Amino acid sequence: MGFLDINKATKAYGAVQVLHETNISVEEGEFLVLVGPSGCGKSTLLNMIAGLEDITTGEIAIRDRSMNGVKPADRNIAMVFQSYALYPNMTVKGNISFGMEMHGIAKAEREKRISQVADLLQITHLLDRKPGQLSGGQRQRVAMGRALVREPDVFLFDEPLSNLDAKLRVDMRTEIKKLHQKLGTTIVYVTHDQIEALTLSTRIAVMFGGYVQQLGTPKEIYDNPANMFVAGFMGSPSMNLFPAKVVSANGVPAAEVRLADGNAAMIPFASGRMNGNDGRDIILGIRPEAITDRDGADRNSDAVHIVDMPVEVTEPAGSDTFVVSQIGGKDVTGRFRADVAVNAGQRFPFAFNMEKAVAFDPQSEQRIA
Amino acid sequence: MTAISENTAAAAEPRRASAFNPARVVLYALLALFCIYYLLPLYVMVVNSLKPLSEITAGGMMALPGDWTIAPWQSAWSSAQVGVEATGLRPYFVNSILMVVPAVALSTILGALNGYVLTKWPFRGASILFGLLLFGCFIPFQMVLIPMARMLGLMGLAGSVPGLIFVHLVYGIGFSTLYFRNYYAAFPTELVRAAQIDGAGFFTIFWRILLPSSGPIAVVCIIWQFTNIWNDFLFGASFSDFDSQPMTVALNNLVQSSTGVKEYNVHFAGAIMAALPTLLVYIVAGRFFVRGLMAGSVKG
Repeated sequence: MGFLDINKATKAYGAVQVLHETNISVEEGEFLVLVGPSGCGKSTLLNMIAGLEDITTGEIAIRDRSMNGVKPADRNIAMVFQSYALYPNMTVKGNISFGMEMHGIAKAEREKRISQVADLLQITHLLDRKPGQLSGGQRQRVAMGRALVREPDVFLFDEPLSNLDAKLRVDMRTEIKKLHQKLGTTIVYVTHDQIEALTLSTRIAVMFGGYVQQLGTPKEIYDNPANMFVAGFMGSPSMNLFPAKVVSANGVPAAEVRLADGNAAMIPFASGRMNGNDGRDIILGIRPEAITDRDGADRNSDAVHIVDMPVEVTEPAGSDTFVVSQIGGKDVTGRFRADVAVNAGQRFPFAFNMEKAVAFDPQSEQRIA
Repeated sequence: MTAISENTAAAAEPRRASAFNPARVVLYALLALFCIYYLLPLYVMVVNSLKPLSEITAGGMMALPGDWTIAPWQSAWSSAQVGVEATGLRPYFVNSILMVVPAVALSTILGALNGYVLTKWPFRGASILFGLLLFGCFIPFQMVLIPMARMLGLMGLAGSVPGLIFVHLVYGIGFSTLYFRNYYAAFPTELVRAAQIDGAGFFTIFWRILLPSSGPIAVVCIIWQFTNIWNDFLFGASFSDFDSQPMTVALNNLVQSSTGVKEYNVHFAGAIMAALPTLLVYIVAGRFFVRGLMAGSVKG
């Protein structure tokens, strides 16, 4: 048993199954991120942990104590909402104090904790203001302060950064991570932003259609996606997914692909991969950073294979240049070094690092290898 | 096509000539006329309540008083013949206050609670219940007179101020619920959830989180209920005894029951007294009224 156990939990509204059977065990101090597109069930799951939504079947337990039917206030949790949900009629201090007041904590203790948290989040000078007088970033801090001051078992974050502008979002992301490292608290964090998920979490649950598609560390999720949804959702630009056929080239399995100019190309798999699959149609997945110019290829990889392909578009992005071609009718993006002289229209050698390639079944969309 | 472009050109023209604009002058003249039209009755009432009866009967209805006096006001307030007793309007004014304050307060509080439950704690059938409450707003008063009289009798409230409070409360809840429900529909539910997690209960959330943000709509509701209940005549006339009649009914009795000469100046003074509280409420809270109506309609 972990610190927070989600055990065969489901949620249905009438006949609509919003969350299918879900099992997640979170250890103390973990930072679990639930990530997925809108309507995937991630917020529902968070609300079930919070006690704001009932559990249809199954069980959620915190510290081995079943939370089914326990009121939100009695779960020893704190939540940061997307809109921050600061009480507009109270000062910042009143906002932070409210939860403690409701839980009957003495005034002296409240004052002490408020000043500690205000110090930690550097909001001491804001304590007497109303939420309406604060900027977005300040409100965000106050919302976190309100959660922190409760000293809960589990922190729940519901898309806390999505109302901030891009720059502030990155700053606050770093701050949340620092805070987690400093305090070592258990956090469940919902977001639709896969970058947030990868940067913040110790573990990620990728959700889609009411199912947890994959649960794992950021590296596992990124390098070894369980299916095509996870592969396409995580990472930016997203993983290249294109049709290929497994053939045998000199006794070694290789992916036969059709290039934009109609020619076929053979890309051998890394050694030991895809044996015994000859003749099988697959979807090959390979991330943009594993398709590079020749000199930018990973020197430690012994499965780099060069394919000459017609360049369709180049997208200089400062630090890198994204070079787009087509395989099997799908756009394939490579991440080239910024100073490589490559132009649209020409043929250019693309280096495929097949150690990083993954293969999916076209029908089930599940991972083969 | 050409007709359209000519029309738009003609419409655009007056805006260009800004120095002297005949259309504008006509507009303002008309507005001024309407203004006078609406203010004239008030003028007549005020002026005639401040002059001796002889000046009115002499025919100078529109003239300013030749001999200013507050005697008609004193008479209307404390000594004029109302019904069978010469008490003036004072006891009935007190009745009205005793009726209107609890009725307004209770219907506003209950409406706010209803709105809170209907939007933040929805239950099966909540929208049907709200529909029925709304429907209740539009049941004509006359329809409920006899059933209500029977109910008040059964409850032992017939012919009393508490009975009138009850009637106005029942009728007021529909409107006050409508106001607060629409206002709270725009109130972020996340705040309620945050308060739940913070450990606040049903009434604490209402009292500490929602009510402090309900100023504008509460003002709208109070003005609406106050005006309606204060001005009500039908229920007052139907469900009250001599000692529990509200101001409106007493004013009617004052005008009807003069012995001998009709004291128009006293009647005017009484009528102003009857109208003054609603006027005051509107003047004091009027700007919130407009603001509150806007907030309710735009956000809700």
